[in-house]
Amino acid sequence: MIAGAPTPPGTPGAAPPQAAAATAAPAGFESYTETIPDTKVTFDMVPVKGGSFTMGSPANEAGRAEDEGPEVKATVGNFWIGAREVTWEEYDLYAFARRRRPAAGEAPSPADAVSKPTPPYADESWGFGKGKQPALGMTWHAASEYTRWLSAKTGKAYRLATEAEWEYAARAGGKTPWSAGASDAALADVAWYAKNAAGVPHPVGTKKPNAWGIYDLHGNVAEWVLDQYDAKRYASLSGQKSLINPVLLPGEARYPHVVRGGSFDDDAAALRSAARRASKPEWSRRDPQQPQSIWWHTDAIFVGFRLVRAAEEPEALKGFKSKITRESPDM
Amino acid sequence: MSLDDQKDQQDQGFSRRNFIKTATAAAVGTTVATHFSLPGAYAAGSDEIRVGVIGCGGRGTGAIRNVLESSKGVKIVAMGDAFKDRIEESRTRAKQKFADAVAVTDDKMFVGLDAYKQVIAVPEVNYIILATPPGFRPLHLKAAIEAGKHVFTEKPIAVDPAGVREVLALVETAKAKKLNIGTGTQRHHQAGYIETIKRIQDGAIGDIVASRCYWNQGALWNRERKQEWSDLEYQMRNWLYYTWLSGDHIVEQHIHNIDVINWVTGSHPVKATGMGGRQVRTGAEFGHIFDHFAIDFEYESGMHLMSMCRQIDGCANSVSEAVVGTKGSAQLDKYTIAGASAWARAKNDKDVDPYVQEHTDLIASIRKGEPFNELKATAESTLTAIMGRTSAYTGKAVTWDELLNSTEPTIVPADLKWGPMPTPPVAMPGQQTSL
Repeated sequence: MIAGAPTPPGTPGAAPPQAAAATAAPAGFESYTETIPDTKVTFDMVPVKGGSFTMGSPANEAGRAEDEGPEVKATVGNFWIGAREVTWEEYDLYAFARRRRPAAGEAPSPADAVSKPTPPYADESWGFGKGKQPALGMTWHAASEYTRWLSAKTGKAYRLATEAEWEYAARAGGKTPWSAGASDAALADVAWYAKNAAGVPHPVGTKKPNAWGIYDLHGNVAEWVLDQYDAKRYASLSGQKSLINPVLLPGEARYPHVVRGGSFDDDAAALRSAARRASKPEWSRRDPQQPQSIWWHTDAIFVGFRLVRAAEEPEALKGFKSKITRESPDM
Repeated sequence: MSLDDQKDQQDQGFSRRNFIKTATAAAVGTTVATHFSLPGAYAAGSDEIRVGVIGCGGRGTGAIRNVLESSKGVKIVAMGDAFKDRIEESRTRAKQKFADAVAVTDDKMFVGLDAYKQVIAVPEVNYIILATPPGFRPLHLKAAIEAGKHVFTEKPIAVDPAGVREVLALVETAKAKKLNIGTGTQRHHQAGYIETIKRIQDGAIGDIVASRCYWNQGALWNRERKQEWSDLEYQMRNWLYYTWLSGDHIVEQHIHNIDVINWVTGSHPVKATGMGGRQVRTGAEFGHIFDHFAIDFEYESGMHLMSMCRQIDGCANSVSEAVVGTKGSAQLDKYTIAGASAWARAKNDKDVDPYVQEHTDLIASIRKGEPFNELKATAESTLTAIMGRTSAYTGKAVTWDELLNSTEPTIVPADLKWGPMPTPPVAMPGQQTSL
């Protein structure tokens, strides 16, 4: 049985029927395919056995930035991770599908109660196409709300990966700058990036997976993780004795959040397992409205996300949800 | 306005400027402006820009941020909107970010359908931002220019031929009064577009023989009606969905792409044959506009432009412009050229927000005392889009000349009052005779 039965977001403490159903399910810690209820859209989740690893990069790693150090030893629990980045096929169900209006007196379903993106002002796919292309250009708030919607739909507690979980999965047990090796020679086999992507994202899962069966962690779209960005984060962690499931929970500011993995638009160095990138107001530079959208960036066509589901949700993350609203300040 | 009136106003303007010069020096002291020679002068100097904003919704509030980020020595001094809640929200938001530069006191906050007159009448205002729904644009432009103010107006500049004619007549008035006008066609201030179009105009793809432009996207926002709203208020708060207010989405939104083709060819189409309809967005809450258009525009050179726009969820999307030449082709929105002179613009992290740059350019021209007037080009792009809409609404081929010279009155109701206002019928191609 799955320990730490997911608490559907938005209803802390409550135990709606979905949670009970998930708890009752037989619990092999194995790969599974989820079908989004009421649709034919599926996605695959692969198990990642937790453990300890060195997070960050050594001072002599080529292309390294200051915020990747000092290296810290962290431990993460068991979790499932999306085998691929979330696609438009999946994301559109949340962002664009019409919702049934509840009849008078009827409460909206938990999924319908999750807030939904306002309409974008242009082509949200930026000419890259939809379907199996990775969903992109959404804000951290939108990615985060998607996971809440999906959780309510499926009764399983999906969320963004913590920065530690993401790096642990990207390294897949290795210590080299990329999971594919110490030089960028083999990178093109596993990643779409500036050298081979021709300036566009590609359908998910079309390169080789890493040792744990996960595709596109390096490249294609860069990926939102759950943490707020802090350049001195590792320095503040390095004094601590044991780091179990570290995470820096974001507050109500729109920026900065952490993005990992580099994108089709980046050079190899930005794809390294340790490389961190911070979101910033320039990512909505061309949004002419005020307040700017909390759902869509106009100048971050390189960012998407993938799902994680903890086998046993750390206490700090139970019921976590984005605090961002239209009133939120930039920083 | 008679010549005498104009002269009168210029004289008033002159004395007003002198008055403000004194008043400013006394009252403001520490700000950049120590003299005041802005409106109608084309005179150089480091003069303070004092902005009056008309239309304080999401775009107007965004424009406040843009103008304040664009240049030093800019202050917001007056605001007007049809609705009290909108203007107050706008000031609050703007002040959060620019506490000092948003110096709008309560007595310079104007609410109602005539708020534009009051904003324009504020003597120290020398730079007007027009960001109301486009139906009001000709009226507001005329008032601002006649009062001797520099103007930044959002696109489109009208919703019908009568409005375009009115605005075209203002082009020379503004020049004569040495007033500078920017028009919210921000691609003209976007480095990538500027570079790409310059290459094409310098011959990178030879002569342009075909073109296409699209704004195909999903549906836009819609506000639920509140019981206390009159018909007019409901329409204005949902202005996208009424042709008299927005011009329909081909005019309100797709104008950006059409304008790029007019820009790169240095011309405008002479004829449009189009179609469109209202297939998915059929509810009463969506007024009476169409949800898709497809137009074949023909230019004098014989070149055709395939134009499409759609606001329907779950369909193939594209917001883009492309031209095909005798020696190559160009994807303008991607800043790429293929063919003999193949080229792709390198990524440039220094690119500035074009919505800021358009104010930077306008204000710099005002301060340098150089002429700057985008009104004619944007009026032509507006009329181009109106020509496409008219063809789709009527089902007929429509020419530039018949639109420009039509004598039909404006579709914008005169003497608006809060109260009942029926939704116009949905246009039925083949059955409609008027433009």
